[in-house]
Order: sequence, then C-alpha cells, then structure tokens
Amino acid sequence: VFKRFVEIGRVAFISFGPHAGKLVAIVDVIDQNRALVDGPCSGVRRQAMPFKCMQLTDFVLKFPHSARQKCVRLAWQKENINEKWAATRWAKKIEAREKKAKMTDFDRYKVMKAKKMRNRIIKHEMKKLQKLSSKKGKKPEKSEKPEKAPKSEKPGKAQKPEKVPKAQKAQK
Amino acid sequence: MAGEKAPGEKKPGEKAPSEKKRSKKKTGEKKPAEQKASQKEAGEKKKKVKKYHCSRNPVLARGIGRYSRSAMYARKALYKRKYTAPETKIEKKKKEKPRATITKPVGGDKNGGSRVVKIRKMPRYYPTEDVPRKLLSHGKKPFCEHKRRLRASITPGTVLILLTGRHRGKRVVFLKQLATGLLLVTGPLVINRVPLRRAHQKFVIATSTKVDISGVKIPKHLTDAYFKKKRLRKPKHQEGEIFDTEKEKYEITEQRKSDQKAVDSQILAQIKKVPQLRGYLRSTFCLSNGVYPHKLVF
Repeated sequence: VFKRFVEIGRVAFISFGPHAGKLVAIVDVIDQNRALVDGPCSGVRRQAMPFKCMQLTDFVLKFPHSARQKCVRLAWQKENINEKWAATRWAKKIEAREKKAKMTDFDRYKVMKAKKMRNRIIKHEMKKLQKLSSKKGKKPEKSEKPEKAPKSEKPGKAQKPEKVPKAQKAQK
Repeated sequence: MAGEKAPGEKKPGEKAPSEKKRSKKKTGEKKPAEQKASQKEAGEKKKKVKKYHCSRNPVLARGIGRYSRSAMYARKALYKRKYTAPETKIEKKKKEKPRATITKPVGGDKNGGSRVVKIRKMPRYYPTEDVPRKLLSHGKKPFCEHKRRLRASITPGTVLILLTGRHRGKRVVFLKQLATGLLLVTGPLVINRVPLRRAHQKFVIATSTKVDISGVKIPKHLTDAYFKKKRLRKPKHQEGEIFDTEKEKYEITEQRKSDQKAVDSQILAQIKKVPQLRGYLRSTFCLSNGVYPHKLVF
C-alpha cells in the first residue's frame, strides 16, 4: 500500500514554506512531526522541518543517521539526485506548469496555433484509418491493424507539436 | 608774454595732434588719457560758462540772508534764465496717442455715407454689486498644461490590445504618445483594418510583445488636430432638414490614405521579420472559461 517511507536518506520535496520547491534529504527524525533535514546541493540549510511540508520522492540516499553535511553532499552527488530529479515526470510537470503561467499573450497565440495544427493532423489520420476500416470492415483481421496503427501514430504526431510549443517557450 | 605765447602755441600745436588722435580714436581707442585731454579742451570752453558764482546773498546770521526772495530773484537774474526740461521720451510717447474714433461707412441713401464711431466706448451697464475678488488658488492648470504620463509597459512598438471602441479586442501596434496624452496607434491597416488612430491609455492592455520601430519615421503632421473630429455648425438657413447638411458619413481623405501607407509600409517590414506576428495581429483577444485576466501574464 505504501511504497515510500520516511527513512534516513529519503529525499523529499518541500511543497510549501520558505523553501518551497526544493529537494532535501532526511537526516534524522526528531519526533512524530519533525525531521532533521539537509539539502546541501539545493540550498537548504540543515534544519528541523515538519513532515507536513515534505512530500517523499522515490530517491533514497545512503548515509548513517545524523551524518554531517559533507557526507550528505557526497551521497547526493554520488547518486546524482539533481539530474535524476529533473528527469522525473514530477519535475517535468512542475516545470510545464511554471512555463504555462509565464506565457505571454503572443505565446498563447502560438500554442493555440500549434495545438490546432496538431489536432488537424491527428484527425486527418484518424479519418483516413476509419475510412480504411469501414471499407474493409468485413475482414476482422484488418480491423485490428488500423486500431493499433492510430495508437502508434498518435504519440508520434503528438511529440512533434509538443516540441513546437515547448521550443517556442524555450526561445521566449 | 612768454607764458601767453606758450599756451597759444600749445593750443594749435595741441589741436593738431588732438585732431589726429580724434581721427585715430575712430579707428582704435588705445589712448584714453589723451582722449580725455582733447575732450577737456572742448569741455573747458563750455565749462567756463558753467562756473558757479559764489552765493550772492551774504549771511547775516545762521539761516538769515541779507536779501529777500524777490531781491535775490533780481540779483540772480532769474528773469533771464528760464529753462524748459528737454523733450524726453515721455513727451514723445504722449504724442503717440491711440486712435479714439474711427469713421465707418454706413449704407442707405439718406444716411450721409459715414459715421464717426468711438473705438473705446463707455460701459453700457454698471452692476449694482461688485463681483467679489476670487481667492488665490494654486495648482489648477488648464488641460493643455497637464502633465502627461505614460505607463512604463507602453513603449514605441508595443503590441496593445484595444478594449473599447469599434476595434475592441484587436491587437494593434503603438507608435507614439500625442500631445494630449492619447496614444497614436495603427493596425497596420492591411492586417486588421485598424487605421492610424488615437487610443486612450486607460482602455488598453499593453502586452510584452514589441516590434522594433526604432527605424520608423512617423510624419510630424500627425497631431491631435489632425485626428480631431470635425463638426459643421452653420444652420443659417433654418430649414427643416438641418441635420442632413452636417457630416453624417465620414469620408476618408486622400491625405489619410497616403499617411497610412507611408507609416504602414515601414512597420510591415518589421512585422514580417518576426514569425507568426502577422497572424497574431490579425487575431482578436477574448476570454473564455477558465481564463482569468488577473492571472494572465500579458
């Protein structure tokens, strides 16, 4: 039922408070509500922090309890947590949300155009495949093929226009 | 005798060099000392006349003279000395009185042809109560002297979203602020049918998108007077159809068309450089579900 546990070395994401948005490693547990926490590579000083503002991630580091900052930093850098974190979907979602909030009116227009184009392409392909399947609807084998085909084509086309708005946002 | 001769000789002798020096004076005033000497000579002759006589009224005791006022008049020969003050500029000015009346022609056969009319007439009405003097106020300026401000987000070349008027929702390029504080704005016309027009700063959203207008020259005759609405008001003939004669339909003058072309051609060149900007300016702004203006970044 529970997959992520509070343990020494668990990397947590701070959701609110002064250090909102940063990663920390749990160094020690103080009592039921607080933990001693340290984020040497993310700009969080060693301090007590309530569990409520922490959200556990999948990453666990290896260091003994109450290890000093140097050890935590070494473990962090060894595991390359910063890069691993940036690669997770969680971090990407956060980044996408931030970018969306910063969009200017011009960016919104460009995204709208890109979305429109992408949806057109998808619809076009769908219609094509529907036509094929309706023509050869008597033969059940070929009806399976077009079902698989649109699913594989959709992500292919979806990636293209997604890159377009993201690239434009990056340009901005 | 020798003494007499010497000054006699001196004088003509001095005259000559003094005359020469006078002529030299005109060319270059380098010797002021000798200038004074020559003037002294000329002045001495006049000054001799101005030598003041000692008092002709011997003093008997302090404050009391021997002769009376009238006796002194005679002794000083004041009957001979009557001076008038020189005609100063005041007198000259006084002579130049402005015209008080003017003759105007009058029509009609039996009216004599002209009348003499006073230019400055007496008031025809004296109010019973004088208007009380107004208290001093400060800082109440007329509109033409008001301070014009411009939001920092609005710079030349900014894309603005018009919120009111017949072009509401359209995205438009800002050119400059005019003397009354209104913003001069253009579509450009071929993109979204917004001509060179004035817009009010308050009824406009400034986006962060900018077009590079640094090289664009805006003609100088585009002022508020150029854009002001013209209204005809001459109902001399009180017919029933007064309203028809006034400008119902607005006609685009040739000058407006040429100015529009001149400005737009420069701006279009810049717009083409930015991808998708043309389409952006063609589109209109609108809100839909889930879109809140206070959360939008423009």
